[in-house]
Amino acid sequence: MILLGPSGCGKSTLLRTVAGLEDPTAGDVFIGDRRVNDVQPKERDIAMVFQSYALYPHKTVAANIEFPLKVRGVGKSQRAEEARNAAALLGLEPQLKRKPGQLSGGQRQRVALARAIVRKPSVFLMDEPLSNLDAKLRGDTRAELVDLHRRIDSTFIYVTHDQVEAMTMGTRVAVLNFGKLQQVGTPQDVYDRPATAFVAQFIGTPPMNLLPAGMLGSDSVQVGIRPEHLKLAPGGELHAVVRQVEHLGHEVLLTADANGTRLVSRLEPSAFIPEVGDPVAFDADPGRRHHFDATTGERVP
Amino acid sequence: MAADTVRGARKAGRYTLLVVLAFIVVFPIYAVVMQAFKTGPGSLDHPRSLLPVDLTLSTVKAAWTQGNLGRLLLNSMFVSLMVTVGVVITSLLAAYAFAFLQFPFKGPMFIAFLATMLVPAEVTVVINERTADSLGWINSFQGLIVPSLASTFGVFLVRQVFLQLPGELREAAALDGVGHLRFLWEVAAPLSRPTLGALGLFTFLGTWNAYLWPSQVIRGDRAHETIQIGLEHLKNNDISKINLVTGGLVVAALPIFIMLVLFQRQLVRGLTAGAVKG
Repeated sequence: MILLGPSGCGKSTLLRTVAGLEDPTAGDVFIGDRRVNDVQPKERDIAMVFQSYALYPHKTVAANIEFPLKVRGVGKSQRAEEARNAAALLGLEPQLKRKPGQLSGGQRQRVALARAIVRKPSVFLMDEPLSNLDAKLRGDTRAELVDLHRRIDSTFIYVTHDQVEAMTMGTRVAVLNFGKLQQVGTPQDVYDRPATAFVAQFIGTPPMNLLPAGMLGSDSVQVGIRPEHLKLAPGGELHAVVRQVEHLGHEVLLTADANGTRLVSRLEPSAFIPEVGDPVAFDADPGRRHHFDATTGERVP
Repeated sequence: MAADTVRGARKAGRYTLLVVLAFIVVFPIYAVVMQAFKTGPGSLDHPRSLLPVDLTLSTVKAAWTQGNLGRLLLNSMFVSLMVTVGVVITSLLAAYAFAFLQFPFKGPMFIAFLATMLVPAEVTVVINERTADSLGWINSFQGLIVPSLASTFGVFLVRQVFLQLPGELREAAALDGVGHLRFLWEVAAPLSRPTLGALGLFTFLGTWNAYLWPSQVIRGDRAHETIQIGLEHLKNNDISKINLVTGGLVVAALPIFIMLVLFQRQLVRGLTAGAVKG
């Protein structure tokens, strides 16, 4: 489960409420069938990976991974073995004797994960665990996390503001905005049938074109069209002037201005590409259009 | 060329000033040390030369036996160690409460607590002495030790370090089921070690050199005297034996000197802790 939303939308707070680091002002938190509102964090059978990793800088990697077990009074040899297993799972064995300060960002991140894994929790909570990594490492670690999720049979609740992470990693995605749940569904579902205009624009790069009410069709609905569905069509309904052409190699992004509304169209590089300043006309398959209520922003079937 | 000359002159001026200042600081110490090692007890030569020639240990030896300095050193060592350990422990505990716990009136309490630093020790010495008296602690080690076991400065210092620890560390520990004492002992204290070292050293030095309070609470009981007040007994009406006192001073300062040399790096690290976070 991915919690996705812009900064300040309440996704981290939601995660911390599940963890028990913050108390809900109203409502109940259930883990499995158990109501955990009044259960201490340590008894919730959860483990959390923090954005900053929160490793103990004075302890070695092995001691960091073992620490949750030590606190629970697990014997020394068993502790060491479980720490080794968790480290092996994440390829951390060569680093066991080092301290966090001597590790790279990606390695620290894996230590934090290993520390969560040794506890064998029923729920893993992750608060933007990849945001401190560089782009390449983020991609690799993303794949590792998906792999890990497949191998250990636990629930992951993963907070991110990065829709690519959400789309690639999530079994289900929950989109939040201003503390309100916008939509829950599989990534494809959320992409194909966004429940609100916000979700429509938040997921997908470049974002969905949202035409003001009245521009296409009825006065009371906004029409949304994904860039890949906005086609150049000589007899199209939408008239615009090309403002920018971006050649990305595998695709071309065409930005055009239609009476003050910005339209982005994703084109095949092999297609005919107009030039900046050219007047163009767009059209979109009616089946590919999304309709949202002009005032509430909610999806109109 | 001209700029170089100006810079060179400025540098020379700066060093000259530093040399003069260093001389002002070092000279009295040098004079005392020379006085202690140059002349035997009872010998006075005028004018005294301060050149390190004809050195002898006889004055220091005489001071050691006449002043019973061995006993005084042990007393001072015991009292200073106890106070140091005590201050580090109480500072850790109080700083932890002020940094990590939530309780009513925490802010005002901390400010009130800090405000006590404004009260000079001389103001409280009389009332403290009466309290010690009513507890029967005059002429005792507890009278020397207990009133110094808590240090506002120590609490403040350690709290500042604790506040710099990332809050996520505490949260991660809470999720792992780590209680307050365990977090303090296993995480917060080890991470504050440079500061704790500096606090310990400062406290030791301060206690070792304390004069006012020991002179009030120890009244002629030579078994409990610290070295700073015990040196009094080396004073002598015989002007020719004045250098006995200098011998005692050298003995009293030696342990501190050794400690400073040994822990100098710790001290500097503690003072600059946080300034250069790795």
